Amino acid sequence: MAMIEITNLHKSFGAFPVLRGVNLTVEKGESMTVIGGSGSGKSVLIKHIIGLLFPDKGQVKVDGEVLNDLDEQGLNEVRKKFGMLFQGAALFDSLTVWENVGFGLKQHTKMSDKEIRDAATQKLALVGLKGVEDKMPADLSGGMKKRVGLARAIAMDPQIILYDEPTTGLDPITADAINDLIVDLRKKLGVTSVAITHDMHSAYKISDRIAMLYKGEIQETGTPDEIRGTSNPIVKQFITGSAVGPITAD
Amino acid sequence: MNNLLELIGNKTLALLREMGAVIIFCGQTFRWTFSRPFYLKNLLKQMEQIGVNSVPVVLTTAISTGMVLALQSYTGFKRFGAQSLIGAVVSLSMTRELGPVLTGLMVAGRAGASMAAELGTMRVTEQIDALYTLATNPMKYLVVPRFLASMIMMFFLSALGMYIGILGGYFVGVKVLGTNPTTYMNQSINNTEVSDIWYGLIKSLVFGAVVGLIGCYKGFNTEGGAEGVGKATTGAVVVSCMLILILDYFLSALLW
Repeated sequence: MAMIEITNLHKSFGAFPVLRGVNLTVEKGESMTVIGGSGSGKSVLIKHIIGLLFPDKGQVKVDGEVLNDLDEQGLNEVRKKFGMLFQGAALFDSLTVWENVGFGLKQHTKMSDKEIRDAATQKLALVGLKGVEDKMPADLSGGMKKRVGLARAIAMDPQIILYDEPTTGLDPITADAINDLIVDLRKKLGVTSVAITHDMHSAYKISDRIAMLYKGEIQETGTPDEIRGTSNPIVKQFITGSAVGPITAD
Repeated sequence: MNNLLELIGNKTLALLREMGAVIIFCGQTFRWTFSRPFYLKNLLKQMEQIGVNSVPVVLTTAISTGMVLALQSYTGFKRFGAQSLIGAVVSLSMTRELGPVLTGLMVAGRAGASMAAELGTMRVTEQIDALYTLATNPMKYLVVPRFLASMIMMFFLSALGMYIGILGGYFVGVKVLGTNPTTYMNQSINNTEVSDIWYGLIKSLVFGAVVGLIGCYKGFNTEGGAEGVGKATTGAVVVSCMLILILDYFLSALLW
């Protein structure tokens, strides 16, 4: 059963088209990674999935509901099914770590502060963090911020987790630890996940299927092995990281 | 010539677009002000940041203005033998005009800039997007508390500014320049009506709304990283101050 269905998605900013008819389906429980270079439209695509942006044409369907048709309240109900890890973690500067992790619980449940703190501590333990509850985001390293962001993303027990460049800006070891964490969380929680990245090591490790986005269109979709063995010159050039080929650096 | 016309046309369109966006933003803020949930804790925090933390700067400005006003009035009025009117001049100026306007300008410079910088940083670091993904409306969570706190605290800060300014004028007029204290007080009280104070306070509510809305609008619509945050902050202060000065004339004319 499809959890996310993107059909003929078009989006332009001014006269500049970013997405030109994207079609993509993510099955329930599946881990899909969208790869592509900078400016290929990955971030715009993921923002459509959670209703931060809306299509000029086409539609995005999440768990059977078309996002364009929903009002503010309906959209918020759909958003509660999601957890999202942002590229820079996007932790709230003015809140402590546990308040960040428990933010959704505070807003949408009647739990007491103590219960929220306990739940936050539990989620932080799931991502391998202990004793950081009372720290401020500014006191954390990049890798720790990502972990806290991940704990916040899973705090409401979402059905879908979105990862925006989960390993960007991290050293290779921390990046791999985050990859392991993503795989581990998926096993433990059984969630559907969509990641966008240009880190092929990460893509191969965390994905059931990989889709390549280039110039606003999906070039190819397949399992990591199928992508590795692709004959599509655009995909081939991207995954091998070659400067020579149909893709030119902007 | 064509290029010049094109430039004027583009600038006009951009200005109209911006004005439209500001009006829509104000409309949304008013709409969300009266709908649940109400973030009382955020409101109190903002009242502290915008109001309580602005007290020193407002006090300094008001006392200095009241003192200078008394000193300058004395110098001018002495030529006509009308020194006894200093009290009336200081009271009327502080309540009707200088209290709310100077407080508005000071708060715009301090709290308006801070609002734009904070929300701008939240925009460029995707914290505002994160609020949406957590099913929380940033207009309600971030903008409404700042808008309300700005209005409420501007009211009290202006009242404080008026009082302290008058006190500063009294100190210079009576203690430094030797005006008879009874005459000074009588002139102040007899020539200042309660409506003068209300006119000033009504102005302060409008200025509070301007500072809150412009600070939040500029921050909320920040683009382009650190440079964008800088531009938003400068823009918030400049636009707020200009609007305060422009609206001051029309409000003065209206409340005459």
